[in-house]
Amino acid sequence: MTTFLQDLHKIDDQTGHFGQFGGRFVPEALISALDQLEAEYLKAVIDPKFNEDFQNLLKDYVGRPSPLTEAKNFSKHAGGARVFLKREDLNHTGSHKINNVIGQALLTVRMGKKRIIAETGAGQHGVATATAAALFGLECIIYMGEEDTVRQSLNVARMKLLGATVVPVTSGTKTLKDAINEAMRDWVTNVETTHYLLGTVAGPHPFPTIGRNFHSIIGVEARQQILEKTGKLPTAVTACVGGGSNAIGLFHPFILDKDVQLHGYEAAGDGIETGRHAATLSGGTIGILHGTRSYVLQDENGQTLPSHSISAGLDYPGVGPEHAWLKDSGRAFYHPITDTEAMDAFSLLSRTEGIIPAIETAHAIAGTVKLGKELGKDAVIVINCSGRGDKDVETAAKWFKLT
Amino acid sequence: MSSIHQVFEKAKSENRAALIAYLPAGFPTIDGSIAIMQEMLNSGVDLVEIGVPYSDPLMDGPIIQQAVEVALHNKTGINEVMHIVKEVSKSGKPVLTMSYWSPIEKWGIDKFAKQMNQSGGVGVITPDLPPDESAAWITATDENEIDRVFVVAPSSSDERLKLVTNKVTGFVYAASLMGVTGTRSEVSSRAAELVNRVRKHTQLPIAVGLGVSNSDQAHEVAQFADGVIVGSAFVNVILDQPNLKDSIAAVAQLCKDFARGVHKG
Ligand SMILES: Cc1ncc(COP(=O)(O)O)c(C=O)c1O
Repeated sequence: MTTFLQDLHKIDDQTGHFGQFGGRFVPEALISALDQLEAEYLKAVIDPKFNEDFQNLLKDYVGRPSPLTEAKNFSKHAGGARVFLKREDLNHTGSHKINNVIGQALLTVRMGKKRIIAETGAGQHGVATATAAALFGLECIIYMGEEDTVRQSLNVARMKLLGATVVPVTSGTKTLKDAINEAMRDWVTNVETTHYLLGTVAGPHPFPTIGRNFHSIIGVEARQQILEKTGKLPTAVTACVGGGSNAIGLFHPFILDKDVQLHGYEAAGDGIETGRHAATLSGGTIGILHGTRSYVLQDENGQTLPSHSISAGLDYPGVGPEHAWLKDSGRAFYHPITDTEAMDAFSLLSRTEGIIPAIETAHAIAGTVKLGKELGKDAVIVINCSGRGDKDVETAAKWFKLT
Repeated sequence: MSSIHQVFEKAKSENRAALIAYLPAGFPTIDGSIAIMQEMLNSGVDLVEIGVPYSDPLMDGPIIQQAVEVALHNKTGINEVMHIVKEVSKSGKPVLTMSYWSPIEKWGIDKFAKQMNQSGGVGVITPDLPPDESAAWITATDENEIDRVFVVAPSSSDERLKLVTNKVTGFVYAASLMGVTGTRSEVSSRAAELVNRVRKHTQLPIAVGLGVSNSDQAHEVAQFADGVIVGSAFVNVILDQPNLKDSIAAVAQLCKDFARGVHKG
């Protein structure tokens, strides 16, 4: 019999490539740590004890399974399609990020490492990592772009309360991209004692694969829940895409269900045509960033271009390599959503369903409004409600001029 | 024998290690970087590595990050790098570029190697391209007769050392420590151990870089390595000078110090 994680573990090739995408473009100094992580993961996958620990923590600590909530009032605004929200916002710490964090924290303990570092944009991954560090008694350092520490100050306070050290990053664009650079610099220096708990499905192999597998619980549950509620598979599943972790978690268990459409929504900021956006798959080209080959916002000299989005968690000029592959293979579709469209949807979901989503998630809500109108009232759509909007209240109050 | 090998042979015959200097292209200005590197090669440096500026230099510490930011501000793209390579190569000494993989892959792997050759460059160091991902690069560098330098680290297993050194031409770049570029107060104890391990896998010269900050440290490294690589220490003195003329003078002085340091015994 195969284990839970083994069933999810379908590495596309042993070196972590998804077609031409993925791989490892990192200094030699990090190769041994990536090899160690991969080896430990492959052992853990077939270890019943590890699977049991992981599943128990998801159940008793994270609060899984997360509910699948039908959004009946919202449905009218989405062409009358039946819309269901996969409630990752109800997880402990308030977003999907905790799934991957619990998995990687267990791996950290298995590897005998006592210190974890992470980057964070919106602060959700930082909070989840600081939470796991508290739970497992690990030292925790979080790198966060200075600009993001301002727009997500609530999460900075949460991380500090949990005992983590938050390091504001002042280099480059002072956002997520530079926080990853700084975390990598720490890792290459302290790699023998430290695990880099990368928060999305980008970065060098094996991060895209292990992140995807730990998050696939989202799609596994959603698939079963929608079958129970409607008796059939959905017409489409949708998610916002920053680095791509919540999206791949929902998409992956549906990839072989050829009739289920997969739609990802990227941050178009002020609009792709303005150049001020973070829609990497829609507006980028193939290149290298942070150790992986994928779509990247960059110029002809291979310099990364600054990204822009109202949402700190989507404000990243790269994207996970598996999404690049899903796009090019035509299996999944990716669309841009502007700041204005996202904020309209943020307000819409709050008022119709009493659920304030994260601004990241609001991009998926906005996309689903459009998709529902296209697919019509016979369609069934599952949205990954990746996080809750508490952290964004200040930004929203400013946007809607509430104060 | 490539011109890189000749440099190491000559240094060996003079009972010293080769002195290798790193400077980002376009720092402090495009013409300034040319003038400084020409001066380096006149003041005891055997070989220069011209850094291709990159927006996300995740292997660099604050000193080189600062220089790279200046270089990008000066609009130093790959065309400008090739111009610099061409000018500095007129010295007759070997000129390499050192680049993160993103700029090379975006520019065109074959195009980059070809332009290096046309500009008179002899080799390229790619610190974040593991040999595992380098099939196209190996073809391009072989076809354009460009030496291909990969980096090894203290954390590299013997198996990795074998794999990496098998794909290297020119010299092996041994990172002296686990960490980013920058100046350090002492030479890492792991450098000598790494060089000894690398020697079991290759006849190629081995140069040690990362953290070599002064002539005493260079001397220490020269006792076990074939080449000593200095980067941040040069950038540091340039950052401290008010103008190009003073920068050139300070760099010349520092080169002479290092050149004395690299003697064996
Ligand atoms: C609630 C929420 N959703 C989505 C994201 C985007 O990340 P990813 O694309 O990896 O799911 C973030 C990132 O911070 C987030 O906090």
